[in-house]
Amino acid sequence: MVRQMVGDSVNLAYTGGDPGGGLGTGVASIREAIDRAWSEAGVAILVDLGGAETNSEMAVEMLDADRRGRVVVCNAPIVEGAVMAATEASGGSPLETVRRTAEELSPQ
Amino acid sequence: MKDHAATEQATDRAELINAVGLHARPSVKLTQLAKTFDCRIEIALSADGPWVDAKSPVKVMRVKAPRGAVLHVRTSGNGARAAVDALMALVRSGFGDAMDQPADVRHG
Repeated sequence: MVRQMVGDSVNLAYTGGDPGGGLGTGVASIREAIDRAWSEAGVAILVDLGGAETNSEMAVEMLDADRRGRVVVCNAPIVEGAVMAATEASGGSPLETVRRTAEELSPQ
Repeated sequence: MKDHAATEQATDRAELINAVGLHARPSVKLTQLAKTFDCRIEIALSADGPWVDAKSPVKVMRVKAPRGAVLHVRTSGNGARAAVDALMALVRSGFGDAMDQPADVRHG
């Protein structure tokens, strides 16, 4: 959906499922997704329910110190947030602006 | 003789002719185009406003302009005229979306 709406100018990666193939997420696969989506501007992560957020935070904690500060987990709905974040990022906005745009969708 | 240069300003309006109006995908296209210009760009459904920042994907989508609505654009700053012309061209092209022929169009 992001590719169709926003285009190819923004790096994009997704991951889902726990290491055993069940529902959930895995810290290692989130780290790989961060690597795939990486650019010097950083990475904005969108998550759905509960465990995805804590696992994402753990994955961010495990990054090298110089990259850790350039990865944020957005408090925004995953579909709408991803489209808004990618739209903002496609215009070259810094990570903090990208996060703010995604989070504009959340109830204040 | 003026003692300061007047800020370049421009304004125009166009009807939304694409089938879905200013829906999600057209909003993203409009925002992405707006972001390529330095000047301040605002849109509204009436010349009296309320005016919203055309570079904010969240705000543009919240305008919820339907097909047939007239989109007003006003700009100020560097490239104001070019920005209005580019945005109006996008609107008049129907955002590259499908355009259903209005039911009341008669041929001949």
